[in-house]
Amino acid sequence: MYPFTYIKAKTNKDAIAAIGSNTNAKFIGGGTNIVDLMKMNIEKPHQLVDITSLDLKKIETLSNGNVKIGALVRNSDLAYHKTIAEKFPMLSKALLAGASAQLRNMATAGGNILQRTRCYYFYDTATPCNKREPGSGCSAIKGYNRMHAILGTSDKCIATHPSDMCVALSALDAIVHVEGINGERTINFLDFHLLPGDTPEKENVLQQGELITAIEIPSSSFAKNSTYLKVRDRASYEFALTSAAVALDIHNGTISNARIALGGVGTKPWRAKEAEQSLINKKATTENFSAAANVALKDAVTYKYNAFKPQLAKQTIISALQMIGGNNG
Amino acid sequence: MFNKEDNALLDDNKGTTRREFIVRTSAFTAAITIAKYPVKTIVDKINQPEAGNVVVTINVNGKSKTLEIDARTTLLDALRENMHLTGTKKGCDRGQCGACTVLVDERRINSCLYLAAMCDGSKVTTIEGLGTEDNLHPMQQAFLKHDAFQCGYCTSGQICSAVGLLKEGHAKTDDDIRELMSGNICRCGAYQNILDAVKEVQNA
Repeated sequence: MYPFTYIKAKTNKDAIAAIGSNTNAKFIGGGTNIVDLMKMNIEKPHQLVDITSLDLKKIETLSNGNVKIGALVRNSDLAYHKTIAEKFPMLSKALLAGASAQLRNMATAGGNILQRTRCYYFYDTATPCNKREPGSGCSAIKGYNRMHAILGTSDKCIATHPSDMCVALSALDAIVHVEGINGERTINFLDFHLLPGDTPEKENVLQQGELITAIEIPSSSFAKNSTYLKVRDRASYEFALTSAAVALDIHNGTISNARIALGGVGTKPWRAKEAEQSLINKKATTENFSAAANVALKDAVTYKYNAFKPQLAKQTIISALQMIGGNNG
Repeated sequence: MFNKEDNALLDDNKGTTRREFIVRTSAFTAAITIAKYPVKTIVDKINQPEAGNVVVTINVNGKSKTLEIDARTTLLDALRENMHLTGTKKGCDRGQCGACTVLVDERRINSCLYLAAMCDGSKVTTIEGLGTEDNLHPMQQAFLKHDAFQCGYCTSGQICSAVGLLKEGHAKTDDDIRELMSGNICRCGAYQNILDAVKEVQNA
C-alpha cells in the first residue's frame, strides 16, 4: 500500500473542503472496497478523509412517504430496518444477498453505490485493463470472461457492476443526494452510473469532491410486492452470475405496474424498462413473464465463456416474477 | 490451542518461541532483500508523499491503549504486530476468509479491511478478550465440546463471528446460521460441528 495522510472530518463541509480539487484525495466510509484496492495498489490516494463521524446515519420517512437513507447507514442496519424490510423487500433481500455478515456490518450505503468491479483483470496489475489504466486494453474480452457482462458492454470494457443493492435501487427509481463545493444536488439513480463506452475509467457522474449524503427511495404502489433473486456459483458470499430485482402491482390478476432490474449481466445496474412495459395490462402468467424476459435480454452480446448468461438471466427473471406474481399458472 | 506446559515454554526467557524465531529470521531476510532492491525503485518510493502517522486510542479487551502507527496499519496488523495479540489470525488479508473477525463496538467485522486509524475511540474485543483459559467463553466451550475445528487457524474468527451473530439475533434456523456464518471459511470443513456449537450456545 502506498503511503497516505489520514484525517477525520467532523462536518460535511469539512469533508468536502478537505478533498477540494485534490484528485489524489478520497473519502473513506466502511472501507471494505477501497482498503482492498489500496492493498492491491489499484487505488493510490495520497490522502484519505474519514467521513464516518458525519451525521449521515439516519433512516427517515419523509412527509411525502419517501424514505431517505443516510449515506453512512451500514448495509446490515439498512437490510434489517423495519421500514425497509416491509416497504421495500427487494432492497432488504438484495443487501442480504451481498457479501458476508461482517462486511455488511462495515459497508455503507453510499460506499456500496461507489464500489468498483471485481473483474479479475481490473485487480491484476500485471494485465492490461482500460478501467485501471486507460488505453492499455481490455484483457477480459478475449480472456476468461465467465463472470463478465452481456449488456452495456463496449470494445473497451465488459466488466460487470458488482453491487446487489444497486440493482434494487435501480428498480426502485432511487434518488442520490450529493453535496459539493457548489452546494447540494440530486441525481436520479438510473443516471448515476455510466456505461463504459470509450472511457470505462469514468464510472459515475459525481463531480470532483462531491460527497454522497443520502439515498431517497420514492414511495410506490408496487415496491411492497417485490423480491430479489440471485444466482451464483455457491450458496452464499459470492458475486452474482445473474440476479433480478422485480416488483409487480397486480389488480384482479392483471399487471398495472412492473419493475425489472438485473445484476451480474450489465456494466452498470441494469434496468429493463422495455420488458416492464411489455407486462402492463397483461395477466401475471409464466408465459407473459417469459416474453418479458426475452425482451429484457434481446440486446445481450455474449463472449467465449459467458454464453450461458442470457438464458440464465431469463430464467432468473421468470423465477423472480413467479415468486411475487401469485399463482396464475 | 496451548496447554499450560506450552505456555510455560513460551514464557521461558531462555528459549526462543516459534513466533520470535519467525520475527528474527524474517527481519534478516528483509535486510537482504532491501540490499538487493534496485536503486530506481527506492527513489520512486522516496518521491511518494510522506507516510503520515496517526495516534489512536483503542479500548482493546477492556484496556485502553494509545498507539502511534503508520496510517496504513489495519486493525488486524495493529492487534497482531503492535499489541502482540496474535489470537486474531491473518488469512487472506482481503476480507474473503473471516479469519481476522473481531468485534468493534460489539459488531463483528473483518479487521484486515479496517484501518486502525478509524478505530480511534472504539471498543475492540478479540478472542483474547472473550474468555480466559480457566474461564472459557460459552462459545469457546461449545467449540471444544463439538470438535468444531481441526487445524484451528480459522477458529478465533469463527468464534468471534458466532458471538457477533448471536448478538445480532437474526438467525432463526440452521440455514440462517449457515448463511450468516458464510463469511468465515473453514478449509478443514468443520462446518457441521461449528453449526452444532453455535446452536448449543444459542439454545442455552
